[in-house]
Amino acid sequence: MATTGEASGPAAEMRKVFTRSPLLGSDTHSLCPGCGEPNAIRVLMETIEEMGERGNTVCVLGIGCYTAFGALMQIDCQQAMHGRAPAQATGVKRVLPDRLVFTLQGDGDMVTEGLQEIVHAAARGERFTAICLNNAAFGETGGHMTATTVLGQRTKSTLGGRDAGRHGHPIKLPEMLAGLDGVAYVARGTVHTPVGVKKTKKLFRAALETQRLGLGFSLVEVVTMCPTGWFVSAAEGPRFQEEKLLPVFPVGELKRPRDLRV
Amino acid sequence: MSSTGSTTEAPRRAFLEGGHALAEAAIQAGCRFYCGYPMTPSTEVLEYMARRMPEVGGVCINVESEIEGINMVWGATGAGVRSMIASTTNGMSLMQESLSEMVLGQVPAVVVNMGRGQGDYNQCTRGGGHGSQRLIVLAPANAQEAVETAYRAFHLAEKWRHPVLIYGDFLLSHTSEAVTFAPPDDATGPLPAKDWVTDGATGRSPRLLTSLGMRVVEAPEDGLAIGPGQTRTDVTAPMHMAVARHREIAAQEIRFETAWLEDAELVVTAFGVLGRFARYAAQLAREEGMRIGFVRPYTLVPFPYDVYRRVGERGIPIAVFENNAGQMIQDVQLGVLGRAPVHFIGEISMDRSGFGVGPKIDALHILARLREVWAARSAA
Amino acid sequence: MAKSVGTVVIEVDACKGCELCIPVCPPGVLSMSPSVNAIGFRYPILRDGCTGCELCAEICPDYCFEVFRAAPSRASAEVTA
Ligand SMILES: Cc1ncc(C[n+]2csc(CCOP(=O)(O)OP(=O)(O)O)c2C)c(N)n1
Ligand code: SF4
Ligand code: SF4
Ligand code: SF4
Repeated sequence: MATTGEASGPAAEMRKVFTRSPLLGSDTHSLCPGCGEPNAIRVLMETIEEMGERGNTVCVLGIGCYTAFGALMQIDCQQAMHGRAPAQATGVKRVLPDRLVFTLQGDGDMVTEGLQEIVHAAARGERFTAICLNNAAFGETGGHMTATTVLGQRTKSTLGGRDAGRHGHPIKLPEMLAGLDGVAYVARGTVHTPVGVKKTKKLFRAALETQRLGLGFSLVEVVTMCPTGWFVSAAEGPRFQEEKLLPVFPVGELKRPRDLRV
Repeated sequence: MSSTGSTTEAPRRAFLEGGHALAEAAIQAGCRFYCGYPMTPSTEVLEYMARRMPEVGGVCINVESEIEGINMVWGATGAGVRSMIASTTNGMSLMQESLSEMVLGQVPAVVVNMGRGQGDYNQCTRGGGHGSQRLIVLAPANAQEAVETAYRAFHLAEKWRHPVLIYGDFLLSHTSEAVTFAPPDDATGPLPAKDWVTDGATGRSPRLLTSLGMRVVEAPEDGLAIGPGQTRTDVTAPMHMAVARHREIAAQEIRFETAWLEDAELVVTAFGVLGRFARYAAQLAREEGMRIGFVRPYTLVPFPYDVYRRVGERGIPIAVFENNAGQMIQDVQLGVLGRAPVHFIGEISMDRSGFGVGPKIDALHILARLREVWAARSAA
Repeated sequence: MAKSVGTVVIEVDACKGCELCIPVCPPGVLSMSPSVNAIGFRYPILRDGCTGCELCAEICPDYCFEVFRAAPSRASAEVTA
């Protein structure tokens, strides 16, 4: 069942200006209502389609809710062990240097379990693009603390809120990696507003162009809503993100190669 | 005869340490991605690859951990390139998660454990560490067999779409022998098309290389789908496939060496390089009039249980020599199933560094132990 | 009521009722249905006055929207059906 504003469907002079990217297939996905991850993945697929790299791309998936997109995305994908996608992507990119290779990981995957892999891949200047969907929680396990959970944030393993004295401080991975030689592009985006989603798409384009030009390692962290792991309603997700997460994780480009035109 | 020096021409014969010989054979078998993290006695494989890979246009990475290494090999193999990692004992322990899942994901990589002593038998044959799945495990006894094993390992890995582990030790890695580089006949046949490679979906539908068994099921039977065309996951599917594959592998790929079983009244068994020692000890014993037979399993997985079963059915006792506290002996006992006595004559024997050769790694020591078992057998 | 310069087609049965599309619509022409779809969620319904601005489509995590416009302002965003 589909509905439109007009009972007769779009009038003949209307032109379709937005439709689902063919790279997302046609199946529905299993992620929660109001999850931010599908928005990030959508604009990522649109970017790859627009770059004409559809048949030239290999995605390496970490383990989290986004892993389910391996069955949707109409590009070649490998699934990795929890945290190890940057190593696996290194293997792919080193033997297929002319392919566009990216990892799709969460904060739990990349920053908590897999910090060693991402730091060394960045320091080696591996020419793939790492994408971190940061919702400051282990979403898939039901809302537990990760290395990016912000102070005060309640999770099932920080019941009274994350406390610096007992649980340590959140890691700001883009800020941490931007200082490494070998790292060419670092940015952070958000998908809690339509404008944020559009800007994130530009960051993806810049990161993937950095890779295509062989300029070094590129990383885009995208702050995504996880109403399930934050214990708020889906509709409250964007406000929670704006108020609690974005002050700790400011959006914008942190490092950019001089030669990059996009 | 050309040396392996700086020439890019592949040697056909060479006098090399086992570790170097195995590395060269891997390259000649088409390996173009290698990574490693130094640890004695597997370090020599990394050193050889660091020099040789660039000569053949391949990649060699000195990784920051064995965990990274095995996952790089996963990625490069998945991208369609024959890939290998060698490590030692502790490094192998770090790889267990990925090794387990590479069986489920059907990632045909080759992994080498140049272990310390033979203490990793259980780790190698029961690992990957989790789930019900196992690797294919090959244990060469000398440098020439290590060469053949390298070719065979890549062949078996792709034939079965299953990771293969080569299990050697200090003696295999560090003993120099003359070797000839040529694939054994059984490693030259046609292989199935690599229709699982993820190298960019040009001109074909996209692929997903996964250990999670993700399948799109349009009409789920359990009614739990929350939308039409819902993606459903059956994580157990690859486990059942691995079990079925393993049954086939066990039916087709078991390899072992035997000697003097016809007239044997006692059988000595050992694997890897220690198999050579045990065979020599058995030969010396026979010269002393003891009718001793010999069995060396080459495939540790699948294990040649039937050979031991047949020995057991004749009531012939078996003496097991291994450089550990007694690990393979459990597989021997499973083959014999109580039909005949199984004696452990091995022990942990290394130098004080924990990886060199200890005083009990000696054919004369094995001979002395065989005399004891022989005498006890006669007395019984 | 003013003639709409845009419209949307909503894949109702894919909607999970998150309501993210409701507050982002500038003219406020989306509201949640009183009834539920095939999988039990309320879904957005459109009144007259859509501008075809695509913001609902940008925020919808379940890819429920196709957007149509009478005069596309950006040629690059155009997808011909
Ligand atoms: C080694 C290992 N430890 C734990 C898990 C369990 N696990 C599966 S998904 C997940 C959390 C993933 O979190 P994140 O990457 O942030 O993604 P999200 O679920 O939030 O999308 C964990 C801990 C695992 N699969 N492997
Ligand atoms: S748990 Fe969080 S990250 Fe996972 S699907 Fe639900 S909202 Fe998204
Ligand atoms: S296209 Fe713009 S105006 Fe039309 S329904 Fe969507 S958000 Fe509202
Ligand atoms: S944003 Fe999408 S899924 Fe959420 S209520 Fe609107 S149409 Fe439904």
